[in-house]
Amino acid sequence: MNLDVLAGCVTTASCFVTQVSTGLIVGMLLFLVASGLSLIFGVLGVVNFAHGVFYMLGAYFAFAAYEVTGSFILALLAGAAGAGLLGIVFERFFMSRVYGRDLLMQLLVCYAAILICDDLVKIVFGADYKLMGMPESFAAAPVEVMGGFIPGYYIFMLAMALGIGAVLWLGINRTRLGKIIRALAINPQMVGALGINTRLLYAAVFGMGCVLAGTAGALAAPVRTLTPGMGLSVLIESFIVTVIGGMGSIPGALVAAVLIGLTRAFGAIGFPLFTDGLMFALMGLVLILRPSGLLGTRTA
Amino acid sequence: MRTGLARDLGIGLLCLVALLALPVLFPHPSLRDFLIYVIAYGLLAMSLNLLVGLTGLVSFGHAAYFASGAYVFGLLMQGGAVSIPVAMLAAVGGTALLALVIGAICVRLKEIYFSFITLAFQMFIHSIILTWVELTGGDQGLRGGIPRPPFLGIDLGEAGTLYGFCAVVFVLCLLVMRQVWQSPFGYTLRMIRDNPARANFLGVDVVRMKLGVFVLAGIMASVAGIIMALFVSGAFPEFGFWTTSGEAIFMIMLGGTQVFLGPVIGAFLLQLLNHYVTIWTHHHGLVLGIVILAIVLGLRRGVADYAAAWLAERRAASRPAAVPGPAETPAPAETKAVG
Repeated sequence: MNLDVLAGCVTTASCFVTQVSTGLIVGMLLFLVASGLSLIFGVLGVVNFAHGVFYMLGAYFAFAAYEVTGSFILALLAGAAGAGLLGIVFERFFMSRVYGRDLLMQLLVCYAAILICDDLVKIVFGADYKLMGMPESFAAAPVEVMGGFIPGYYIFMLAMALGIGAVLWLGINRTRLGKIIRALAINPQMVGALGINTRLLYAAVFGMGCVLAGTAGALAAPVRTLTPGMGLSVLIESFIVTVIGGMGSIPGALVAAVLIGLTRAFGAIGFPLFTDGLMFALMGLVLILRPSGLLGTRTA
Repeated sequence: MRTGLARDLGIGLLCLVALLALPVLFPHPSLRDFLIYVIAYGLLAMSLNLLVGLTGLVSFGHAAYFASGAYVFGLLMQGGAVSIPVAMLAAVGGTALLALVIGAICVRLKEIYFSFITLAFQMFIHSIILTWVELTGGDQGLRGGIPRPPFLGIDLGEAGTLYGFCAVVFVLCLLVMRQVWQSPFGYTLRMIRDNPARANFLGVDVVRMKLGVFVLAGIMASVAGIIMALFVSGAFPEFGFWTTSGEAIFMIMLGGTQVFLGPVIGAFLLQLLNHYVTIWTHHHGLVLGIVILAIVLGLRRGVADYAAAWLAERRAASRPAAVPGPAETPAPAETKAVG
């Protein structure tokens, strides 16, 4: 523990700004992954334990597209679309067969998906670490805020994540399709009886959740190293985020993701070896005091 | 004395004889190693099935107690002050205490939240193991080997004796779990699994029952951890990693949750699969994943459950006049019907 270092950092403007920006970036990536997880749980009532796979696939698709085309926009699109399409395939052929069965079966289908996809990525891209590198358009000098430096790409990521979050929230709460999706979460039989193709909608919602994970992966590709199995830590952290924020709540995911991001950023200074433990302790505390999460409505 | 106890004891004795005879009949050291892995992981899976199959609590953090048993035992033996049986008792007792504290918090939560919080506690313990380097050796694990001083004339330094000792401990644990499985306590747990509200109305203290089985499962898992630590002469952080829990869940699923010995069959099949797959290919996860999918989507239940249901059907078909017996215990029903 280096509490005095932590105190020193919090009181120094430049260190504080740097850590907050790092925390926000970690938080934004987690927010995207966790909001996808939360969306799928909220509507379909299943927990996609394979969600980290789509984050990983998004990153690798973006990496491949960037290698081929050299365009970052195309890389982002490839990551999002690729993860979304595979998500729909996974939902239609595998997940949809275990809806309504026990949790154990859903867990195992996802466990199998993790094992298979990690190995497939290893076969296609190799087991070694991959670096995508920063796109040239973001190579400009970092922005200086109160003595701390924030890379331009961080600002782009922050804006992207918040923008996507806002669109998602508006889409669900302010559009006709969003209304149907919310109805689907509450009473699928009724929605089906009204002549709406619920299967298609389930696949679409699952695919949307995977697009969110894939986008997060593609956004993370320039700043993280790519390895098969990279989805795992993100998966566990985004679980923590959904549990803290409340399952099925997108604003909750945002609040919790920022909380976890800042915990990670400042924990890395104050308790470098205990950062993971700190996150799990936070989750345990929330589960004990408020089992439905900070902004969740479902009761445990 | 409960009915069937004599039969269970007899079957236990037969199992023990078979386990002890196998390495004598086929004197190959790799067979013995293979069987010890099956024993250790089989015991872990059996203990987890007390929660999953019997009580309907899908714990995703059961490996924490496996690791705690292995580490406490290893550390006490490296300290050198105590003999093997004392260190085993202390490791089991310490783990029981740990499971009691964690369980008191976890069993109040239901379904997916229970899975999450058990996972969280396991990762918490895993991160403690990784960070407390002076005590646990961090990511290198407990190094320098675990001494195995002779006690009561038993020298576990000798490989054959070690194997026999593990087999005896294994069968004893199975008998204890069988007793629980068939006891009124076991049937109360089944009632909690199938209808917790009704169990509550009937005056069952659901939380206390769940906590009881949680601690018992932790104790059994710690014995599995001790066997593993004795065998590999060390303890490693992977023992407490989430993948160990995942594998244990898979073993249960592979074997079956409703047949008592299902998880051991699952452990055996998984070890067999691991053994052959690693010989053929480096892409171990790919093959394993496809096998899991085939079983979950094809058989829709574990191998032993499938066989038991098939046998029951055959029996019912051959005696059409007889009243059809309970073919299988239905899995806990999901309230939310989707799709």
